[in-house]
Amino acid sequence: MIKVFSLRKLKNADMVEILERIQIAPNVHSCTVEAPDVARKALPGQFVIIIPDEYSERTPITIADWDAKKGTITFIFLEIGASTQKLAELNSGDLIYSFTGPLGKPMEIKKFGTVALVGGCYGIGGIYPVARALKKSGNKVICFSEARSKFLLYWNDKLEEVSDEVRYATVDGSLGIKGHSHDDMEEYLKAGKKIDRVIAIGCTFMMYRVSEVTRPFGIDTIVSMNPVMIDGTGMCGACRVVVDGETKFACVDGPHFEGHKIDWDIIMSRRKAYLEEEIISQER
Amino acid sequence: MAKISPRKTPMREQPAKERIKNYDEVPFGYSHEEAIVEAQRCLQCKNPKCIDGCPVEIDIPGFIKFIAEKKFREGVNLLKEKNILPAICGRVCPQEDQCEIKCIVGIKNEPVAIGRLERFLADWERDEDEIEIPPKSKSTGKKVVIVGAGPAGITVAADLVRLGHKVDIFEALHQPGGVLVYGIPEFRLPKAIVFKEIDFLKEMGVRLFTDSVIGMVKSIDELLNEYDATFLGTGAGLPWFLEVPGENLNGIYSANEYLTRANLMKAYLFPRYKTPIVRGKRVATVGGGNVAMDCARTALRLGAEKSIIVYRRSRTEMPARDEEIHHAEEEGIIFKFLSNPAAFHGDKNRWVKEVECVQMKLGEPDESGRRRPVPIPDANFRIPIDVGIIAIGNSPNPLIPSTTPDIETGKWGNIITDPETGKTSKPGVFAGGDVATGAATVILAMGAGKIAARGIHDYLMNKT
Repeated sequence: MIKVFSLRKLKNADMVEILERIQIAPNVHSCTVEAPDVARKALPGQFVIIIPDEYSERTPITIADWDAKKGTITFIFLEIGASTQKLAELNSGDLIYSFTGPLGKPMEIKKFGTVALVGGCYGIGGIYPVARALKKSGNKVICFSEARSKFLLYWNDKLEEVSDEVRYATVDGSLGIKGHSHDDMEEYLKAGKKIDRVIAIGCTFMMYRVSEVTRPFGIDTIVSMNPVMIDGTGMCGACRVVVDGETKFACVDGPHFEGHKIDWDIIMSRRKAYLEEEIISQER
Repeated sequence: MAKISPRKTPMREQPAKERIKNYDEVPFGYSHEEAIVEAQRCLQCKNPKCIDGCPVEIDIPGFIKFIAEKKFREGVNLLKEKNILPAICGRVCPQEDQCEIKCIVGIKNEPVAIGRLERFLADWERDEDEIEIPPKSKSTGKKVVIVGAGPAGITVAADLVRLGHKVDIFEALHQPGGVLVYGIPEFRLPKAIVFKEIDFLKEMGVRLFTDSVIGMVKSIDELLNEYDATFLGTGAGLPWFLEVPGENLNGIYSANEYLTRANLMKAYLFPRYKTPIVRGKRVATVGGGNVAMDCARTALRLGAEKSIIVYRRSRTEMPARDEEIHHAEEEGIIFKFLSNPAAFHGDKNRWVKEVECVQMKLGEPDESGRRRPVPIPDANFRIPIDVGIIAIGNSPNPLIPSTTPDIETGKWGNIITDPETGKTSKPGVFAGGDVATGAATVILAMGAGKIAARGIHDYLMNKT
């Protein structure tokens, strides 16, 4: 038997619903969505790719927390370009056009001894699940949380819950030491205190500075690379990072690499490639 | 019988000068009258050779006869018995190397324009705005999962759903279609056509889940718990680079990235669509395949004043289809043959400014049968550019092999399959398309899909 039907518009299948989106600091948002399949598989250090609406870019965002039982994923994002602005306009009950994850290799979690985690911007949320997992594996966990000022810091209580010590750094000195976390870490190491491993998540420049601080001390330093990414599934080759002279792809080989082996000049110039377009695209 | 016209009925197309300013499809397709005239060129051979050349074994003289008799509905139905995606294949198959090369008319004259006729029927049906669902076998109660909604995966889905199996497809990206959507540009294959063909699959009962990266969100073993068989059609993976100095300068793209930005993410509509692309004035694309042609022609449409193909051999050795090369030439693409990039040079802000090439000459044939390019010493030259695109191929997608240790892979990370059935080393798991063969064509992926669909059907029906 043959049935004749009329053609219909293609619908996008399974959209993810936002349960909560709150601005936790100026231009910094925490967002929780219902994504049970992703929540079941998420591991520390992984990321998701989000397209807030049909017109937006594919935006990679680090997973900050999850609840496998409730089926939820929480992430922190910085409202910085057209696509993240769009995301910041969405509220509980709204649907996200596309939400894919978990992506990337998870952070290596085992007993290292004393581990220092450095978080800045969205990375404060990024280090939280890593700290939690490392603590559970029997490490001494020290978190370094940094911002320009006290009011830009967030999740202080959550970090304190999962670490042995949280050290704050603010550029204006409103909380913790005046300056940056890498300054604080340098003092800490110069004082002869022992750190076995350093993990940094946040802006490229911060991760670079941390790597430079730990280099003379020979401490294994893992950074979470955040290059421009398109598909995020090992197809397009946009997210290349040069590690030890060899081209690697952050989406499938990373995002975690050894900070002392990264060609920072390349990553920093590649991240700046679309600054002009960022401004144009915000003119709508 | 009237004398056969020596030439194919020409297909009208957008003039080169106009089309480089838009993203619309280049050829318009045949009118009813043109299609009938062309169909009458077919000799209706008793022992047709053309079918042997078709990877999916379409009854070519059969559907052409229906066109000649103006029975378009019957023609479409016959075509779709073997090929569920005729609108796509009619446009992107290399017919000149497959069915048309075997056409008897083609011995003395130009062969019958089989591809154009296939496209005509598919477009006719779409314009009618009603599509017939072919009959389906009784439900077998078996469940099959397909990973990747590209040409291989959707072919397997179409064949298996018709045989009465329940079929689910998982796609990593936010839209189905694979390379048909992220890779092949709108002006060569309008995306609306791809989506309509996929919509047809959904009407047949196939369920599609986008945004699902198998290997990450679900493992193959988890799929095998839920389904009776799995097909892997995960397609292309990481692009190859030249591995020359300066390749990570800003403004240098892989073909995959350039095309994904332009097509999937619609960067040609920037800033309405927010994904940017560098609109170079002088763009060099390295490579000589269809993908290189697509990149060079996309660059023109994005406003390039000079779009240059840099290829290390000569025109005869170029792997791109003649039709693609011809379209590119008409549009004013500049070809620098016998030129092999040795380095990219940038400015102080690390933006690419020049590509430095080694001048080559042709030597003895290599293992591919093509004459090997040999460098001429001290004959390097530089071409000023502001965008470079590397279109020299890619490896198979790494995600499944890297997350499924018990699946056997080859030297290039390709999944090893039995060519007769599509079976992999892992029981219940089949594969086909670029992930098994490395970068190839849409129709080869569909052919592999056909084989795997038969293999999966046999496996399901004999499994106790």
